[in-house]
Amino acid sequence: MSLAEDTPPRKTGFRFERWAPLILLGGALVIYVIVALATGQAQYLTFDNLIAILGRSIALGITAVGQTFVILVASIDLSVASLISATAVLASVVMDGSPAMIVPAVLAALVLGGVVGVTNGIVVSVLKVNPLIATLGMSLIIQGCLSAFVSNFAGEVPAAFQVFAYGEVGPFPIALLFLAGLAVLAWIVLRFTKFGSDMYAVGGNEEAARFAGIKTGRIVVLSHVICSVCAAIAGLYLASRLRSGAPWIGSDGVYDLESIAVVVIGGTVLAGGRGGIWGTMAGMLIFSLIDSVFNIAGVDSFAKQVLRGIIIVAAVAFYAIRSKRIVA
Amino acid sequence: MKHILMATGALALSLAPLHAQNFDDPEEFAKQQEQLAAEPMGPADQPWLQHIGDAMVETADLGVEAPATVCFSNAGVNNPWRVVGYTNMTEEVANHESIGEFIHVDAEGSDDKQIADIDDLLAGGDCDVMIVSPNTTAALTPAVERACEAMPVIVFDRGVNTDCPVTFVHPVGGYGFGIQGAEFIADNVDEGGNVLMLRILPGVDVLETRYSAGRRILDEAGLNIVGAEFTDGDNAKTKSIVEDYLMRGEIDAVWMDAGATAVAAIEAFEDSGYEIPVFVGEDQQDFLRKWQDEGLTAIAPTYPTFQWRTAVIAAAHVIEGEAVPGPEWVLPQPAITQDNLDEYVNPAMPPLHYAMCGCEDMANYPGAWGGN
Amino acid sequence: MTERTETRGLFSRLPQINPVWVLLAALIVAIIFMNPGFVEPTGYMNFLKRAAPLAILAAGQVYVITSGGFDLSVGSLITLVVVGSSMLTNNDPTATYWVIPVMLGIGLGTGLVNGLVVCFLRVPSLIATLGMMITLNGLAFMWSGGAPRGYLPDTFRFFGRELIRDVPLVRFIPVSVIVLIVVVGLFAWLMHRTNLGRQVHAIGDNPVAARLAGVSVNRTRITAFMLSGLSGAIAGILLGGFAGVSTDVGTGYELQAITAAVLGGAQLLGGRGSVPAALGGALALTAIFTLLNFLGLPQPVRQVVQGLILIAAVALAMHRRKQTGT
Repeated sequence: MSLAEDTPPRKTGFRFERWAPLILLGGALVIYVIVALATGQAQYLTFDNLIAILGRSIALGITAVGQTFVILVASIDLSVASLISATAVLASVVMDGSPAMIVPAVLAALVLGGVVGVTNGIVVSVLKVNPLIATLGMSLIIQGCLSAFVSNFAGEVPAAFQVFAYGEVGPFPIALLFLAGLAVLAWIVLRFTKFGSDMYAVGGNEEAARFAGIKTGRIVVLSHVICSVCAAIAGLYLASRLRSGAPWIGSDGVYDLESIAVVVIGGTVLAGGRGGIWGTMAGMLIFSLIDSVFNIAGVDSFAKQVLRGIIIVAAVAFYAIRSKRIVA
Repeated sequence: MKHILMATGALALSLAPLHAQNFDDPEEFAKQQEQLAAEPMGPADQPWLQHIGDAMVETADLGVEAPATVCFSNAGVNNPWRVVGYTNMTEEVANHESIGEFIHVDAEGSDDKQIADIDDLLAGGDCDVMIVSPNTTAALTPAVERACEAMPVIVFDRGVNTDCPVTFVHPVGGYGFGIQGAEFIADNVDEGGNVLMLRILPGVDVLETRYSAGRRILDEAGLNIVGAEFTDGDNAKTKSIVEDYLMRGEIDAVWMDAGATAVAAIEAFEDSGYEIPVFVGEDQQDFLRKWQDEGLTAIAPTYPTFQWRTAVIAAAHVIEGEAVPGPEWVLPQPAITQDNLDEYVNPAMPPLHYAMCGCEDMANYPGAWGGN
Repeated sequence: MTERTETRGLFSRLPQINPVWVLLAALIVAIIFMNPGFVEPTGYMNFLKRAAPLAILAAGQVYVITSGGFDLSVGSLITLVVVGSSMLTNNDPTATYWVIPVMLGIGLGTGLVNGLVVCFLRVPSLIATLGMMITLNGLAFMWSGGAPRGYLPDTFRFFGRELIRDVPLVRFIPVSVIVLIVVVGLFAWLMHRTNLGRQVHAIGDNPVAARLAGVSVNRTRITAFMLSGLSGAIAGILLGGFAGVSTDVGTGYELQAITAAVLGGAQLLGGRGSVPAALGGALALTAIFTLLNFLGLPQPVRQVVQGLILIAAVALAMHRRKQTGT
């Protein structure tokens, strides 16, 4: 894909790609309402419930924000799940129930995220290792190091830190407001900074971006750092929510594959260069709504899996089918 | 990079033992050993109604009226044990008129999702009583505490770190399971004999306690533990591990912390041309059948799936205002031995069916459990 | 730094040897050193028997990788095949004769659907096969209601479990090793001696150029996915035979298969791949696991080593490619 092809042919009129995530989200919402009404459970249509649905997938949402950045530069990160476990355990062990250790613990988790991100970025952009393999390898390394030392819940999160997951401001959970703030921040970075536009350029066509004078390696490394730091924050959130960290929480939540699925359902293209943060947020909401629909309708958990698999493919097909490119 | 990770890990290592749950607790070990020997109260032919110890909890003042909606937050149905248990549960629900509606939400093995599920049920589920089978003890405690504020809660299988639920239904426990198997080996293998211990994975509370109890007894009996290996519950891996051990030396007994891969381990002996040694399995049909067919010297400790029935019965008692055993409803944990093996083997049932289901007298048996 | 000059020297002298064979040879020497029993037929035949499912999977995966895609669905496909076979045979030994073709058909069908979704719905294979992975896993459980209902009869388990005894030189050969040789041989012949192989390489290297050169891109890609699906079904039959019924047999095999193919030098995103080298990769990966097992290293260390080797292998391959300018 060259850059020229990416820019829309005309500025006016209906742009499908821009609205597609909203169409999908609207569809999911309509299905939710219909299912709630059809099963005679109108109590699921209250404001409280809406908040509960929004709050279902905070950890997934935070991870997906980061994943959006790496996918935009045509990379990918499979190490987020292990990193989430590692940072959750690290934070909970450092805090160990003491409120005084909250700041060091948060810093330690973020630094760990940063280090993993830099390493991923360097392996991908300097050693030219395919990002799938690089981050899969990294995932194995993190998980191995982690489970060498911890095999169960370790440490304890003090009550003061549980505010992150359980606190509320008015009717809104703090974590939800945090995610919204994070999304706005990501949007500003992508929309208004040079780094943001460079990212789209690198993802669209790395060679062309390099010729245009963009330091592509640096952009890729930075995207990976953002992704890993987001995963670290997700780890902190889960530690706060579960009151402790365990070496399996990341892999049990399948945050690696689910975050990728959320990003692509939100319309960001795996090949890089196209998409954005609001699509990802829509993708996260679609996931939460689907989950809730399954719960309300009492869908058997095996059928749930089948439907989820089909929905992921169908949602991506919804965007991709109009493309004329050859994909592999 | 590696250094930093290692340093981080080392930090965790230095701190973790201070906080890790104690899986080798002599007091708990002694308590469960006693409970195994205790005579349970209640009808002997219906172990799912029996309880060890006589403490009861009154429920008349909980203010639930029949017919009530019972909501069940399930950790998952991601293994055959949970599948059998969940079938027991749904069949048991049909026995109680006081249960109007039964809502099931499945967390698919994720703590985070189970917390969200419980919050969803509290926000809009119209539940009157909640049953929770926690995915992990520590993580689900806050969610269960919130549920307790809204309605009576019954917890089973794994516990939570709070005494707010009406009762916590569980069999004797992991130490008991470990004790039964290891004592059988100690009785049937001469001192100095080689024992291979096969474990599923580290860190899971119910499995760690089985191992620590088993190890304690095998060590005390002077047996030689040639290895303790993790199989991930994977048949192919189990078979490979046992084959490798057989290439290195003789094995007189195999102890397992869960029987799902027992048949694969037995086949490793068969395929390599060795006698099948003393075996500890579990109550899955494939193992019981193999045991019967080959005339093994074996035992099958159980972690009975009938506790899934008991949880529903406890909920029904709460709705009806009857007293229930509590704050812990300790169920018996019978082992299948040579003496009662024939009662439990049933070729009509699927290979991964757990025989200690207490479900033989239920209306849709065996069809609902996949039997012919 | 000395290491690098050394490897460079080695490669310039032996440019045609794939490093995976060097790695495999080194690993096998180490295993023999650790456990001299490995040179006995029981030792190496058990090793080959264990490696067979992964090697077959890797041989199929190479087709998809070379054509530029991924197939993440093979692990769940294995589970589906084992669970489905137990449901269909339903303890009847004579059912094997039609159940095995049905399973191979399911494998081909899965690949066909993967290929159609990628080619016509234009969903990238990573997502298409991820969706397929989740769906197949759910299907396996739906079919069986959570736990398989029947035992796998011995006739079905023949391929994965039985040995052919009294063979001269090696004393015995596991049937699965024969299956391994036949299947990998066939896949290698298709890839390296037929037009299909050239077309798979062409569409992976440059799909637009391949189309202009008259290659039917869609048909070739679908064929690649179908071969991968077929390999998954065969691997499932072997694993079910080796280890019997269980519900999570296939877990993790998709990533191992990709790892094996990559160790064998297959280039992700297409254009380069070799079936014999993928076999080498699968054997090397199995040898790594075996060696770490003999060393008594716990699971976490195995993971770390696997991760490091994976990254190092690809980094080295990229480095070589830069050196040779291909």
